[in-house]
Amino acid sequence: MKIMIGLIGLSLIVALGFLAAFIWAVKSGQMDDDYTPSIRILFDDDQKEKP
Amino acid sequence: MVQKLSAAKTVCAHCGEDCDSNNSSSREDGLSFCCQGCEMVYDIISQHDLCQYYDISPDAGIQLKGRKKVIYAFLDEPEVVEKMVAGSNGPKAYVQLHIPQIHCASCVWLLENLYRFHSGIFSSRVHFAKKQIAIQFDPQQITLRKLAEVLDSIGYAPTINLGTLEEGPPPVSKKFIYQLGIAGFVFGNIMLFSFPEYLGLFDEDGISFTRLFGYLNLGLILPSVIYSASDYFKSAWNAIRYRKLNIDVPLVIGMATLMIRSSYEILSQTGAGYLDSLAGLIFFLLIGKWFQQKTYHQISFDRNYKSYFPVSATRLQENDQEESISLDKIEPGDRLVIRNGELIPADGRLIAGEAKIDYSFVSGESDWQWVPLQAAVYAGGRQMGSSIQVLVEKRVSQSYLTSLWNDDAFKKDGKEPLQKMADQMGTFFTYSILGVATIAFGYWMNKDISIAIQAFTAVLIVACPCAVALGIPFIFGNALRILGKNQFYLKSIEVLEQFHHINAVVLDKTGTLTEKKFTAGNFNGAPLTDQERFLVAQAVIHSHHLVSKQIAAVIGEVGEDLVGWDLWEEQVGQGILAAIPGWEVKIGQWQWVTGQQASKEGTYVAINGQLKGCFTFASSYRMGIEKVFGYLKKWGAVFLISGDQPKDQEYLTQLFGQSDRLKFRQTPQEKLQFIQSLQKEGRQVMMIGDGLNDAGALMQSNIGIVISESDNNFTPASDGILKSGNFERIPQLLGFARSNRKVVYAAYTLALFYNVIGIGIAVQGLLSPIIAAILMPISSVSVVVLGVLGSNYQAYRHRLNR
Repeated sequence: MKIMIGLIGLSLIVALGFLAAFIWAVKSGQMDDDYTPSIRILFDDDQKEKP
Repeated sequence: MVQKLSAAKTVCAHCGEDCDSNNSSSREDGLSFCCQGCEMVYDIISQHDLCQYYDISPDAGIQLKGRKKVIYAFLDEPEVVEKMVAGSNGPKAYVQLHIPQIHCASCVWLLENLYRFHSGIFSSRVHFAKKQIAIQFDPQQITLRKLAEVLDSIGYAPTINLGTLEEGPPPVSKKFIYQLGIAGFVFGNIMLFSFPEYLGLFDEDGISFTRLFGYLNLGLILPSVIYSASDYFKSAWNAIRYRKLNIDVPLVIGMATLMIRSSYEILSQTGAGYLDSLAGLIFFLLIGKWFQQKTYHQISFDRNYKSYFPVSATRLQENDQEESISLDKIEPGDRLVIRNGELIPADGRLIAGEAKIDYSFVSGESDWQWVPLQAAVYAGGRQMGSSIQVLVEKRVSQSYLTSLWNDDAFKKDGKEPLQKMADQMGTFFTYSILGVATIAFGYWMNKDISIAIQAFTAVLIVACPCAVALGIPFIFGNALRILGKNQFYLKSIEVLEQFHHINAVVLDKTGTLTEKKFTAGNFNGAPLTDQERFLVAQAVIHSHHLVSKQIAAVIGEVGEDLVGWDLWEEQVGQGILAAIPGWEVKIGQWQWVTGQQASKEGTYVAINGQLKGCFTFASSYRMGIEKVFGYLKKWGAVFLISGDQPKDQEYLTQLFGQSDRLKFRQTPQEKLQFIQSLQKEGRQVMMIGDGLNDAGALMQSNIGIVISESDNNFTPASDGILKSGNFERIPQLLGFARSNRKVVYAAYTLALFYNVIGIGIAVQGLLSPIIAAILMPISSVSVVVLGVLGSNYQAYRHRLNR
């Protein structure tokens, strides 16, 4: 059962990783606009590349 | 590439309107356009290979008919640039512009491909809900003015007004998102670590999992309590400091008890604690808070006159050269040119031109005013007709109109709300919880002190009014959304609560009870013969003046033949003279038609020198007005307060019941004072208005509601905005708004029922962590479900869209 301790520690580290990812996402402005990205994702790639 | 073109009916390749007007054109390449503007925009877009724009969304293309040309010269001024652009001296500058025309996916696509129109634009990003675009550009290659002109040339004219310059973008607080995220993280993990406890955990091999999980939970709960729940602690502390009780006080008592008792149990190893319940409580409370924070990005509730005024005006230099000047630089003594449709920015005197000024938005007067030379004109009026020149006498900030904003009503941070429902409940809860807990403690004290402490804390935990605190955000938040779907936008849930207390309603007339456009017209005089009607119709057909079009509408169809007038002239602000051999038609002002020096209301008609009568136009009242009044009278006294001349008094008296409830010729200041006087009588006032002249009254009243014709129109600061098309649904909307209180009471009853059961268990000292962990979520969830279903049912009963 000692392995349980290791697993618990591991699960906590994974969870903290997701928390850090969440904080980073908010900080980098991904929560600022919750509507436009849903439109943007449907645009086709252009025939002409950006110069 | 698919063209927006159908064989049966020609529609504009740009905006999709029917091409039936005289201005429309068909080209050799098979494309048709409804107007020149659309054709130009189409050419610009196709030149840059961006015709994909028309494929993305069926309603792409901004209609350009009837749009005014904007001159962006004011954007060349260094001060304006400095205020609007970040990093204007560096190689990469950044600007945010508001573009009200953004409405579909195509708009987003085109605006984000803006870099293809000019090499000086690096990139652009659209915020759809806020109708904003953020552009990065090279200020060496493209100026702000040119940028605005590029946007304008493709139909997306940015809105820039005086307010844009002064208010920076409001700082967006991300704190709440962090709080919610952390609370969710903590809740999830604590639930995971508490699960073994629910199933009956056994320790073996010398490892105590109970202890391990206990310590882990204790470590995890700290950020949730200290950071995520910090606002509740602050609010409760503030309430106690001012010797008041709000709903947060019993909540915080519950939270603190949970925290202390759990810490004690875990550290002394006497139990597992209730940290799962505490983490859940904080998380659910924050979700409730998130739910009630419905924001309408496209609507601003806090505007003042600055968002009504443009950024610049046209000034005449010494040598009569025109120049663009920003409003704050206008000095007394400057000569300004005001063109058709432009606003007068500062008080002054008319020195040239025919002034015909529409003050309806500023003073509530529905008729346009004819101002003689040298007479005073006031800021906020809109010139209708040809250009005029105004000699400025006061600065913009000191004008008659803007001085209203110096009133105390505007200095308050916000309105003082009446006591909130939740806080009333908070008072009740605090006392009753403490009462029951003390009784339980006293009962057990002589028998067993440890059970006494357990019972005392268990009551505080179980009776924590979590369900009550969640009920209001969910019920009122849901109601707010339903009202929003019915185009009645309220600022916050506090406004929704206030409706219950209102017992006096004050209404503005022009623009609120009446429609903004004139519709009903009459001809007063002996009926015109067919021949005369024909002549009058032919005389006005060439004129673009609004009154001419109204006359044409009153006369109706008279046949197709066009008269070739030998003489046809229109004197701006006076009237029309049209003649063929044998007939002479004069239409216009009394003075123009009769030659007498007097001014009389109405538009007169004379044929061959003989006065035939006059046309009068009344503004028409909105649909369903009787129904709305029938409803509002149930709330209490209804008053009319108008800046207009006394008109339609008979009709209005009948509508309002008593003639002393009608007040005319009120200045904006007097309107504000009238609301104050009603409030001094102890009334709770709701004001419904529309214009700048109501701004003070809207601010002073307990609830100020603005009727707005469209999303993009300017509206003065208010608590709620109602789209004018929904005026006749006011009884349903307000009835629904009030009915939500009943739903709250129902939810409270259910919450109390759970509390009674919980307290019943707690006073016996039998509350185990698992019962607490089950009881709390069940009571909260059932209260929330009941509340949301209840408010949806009320919406159904009041026939609102859900």
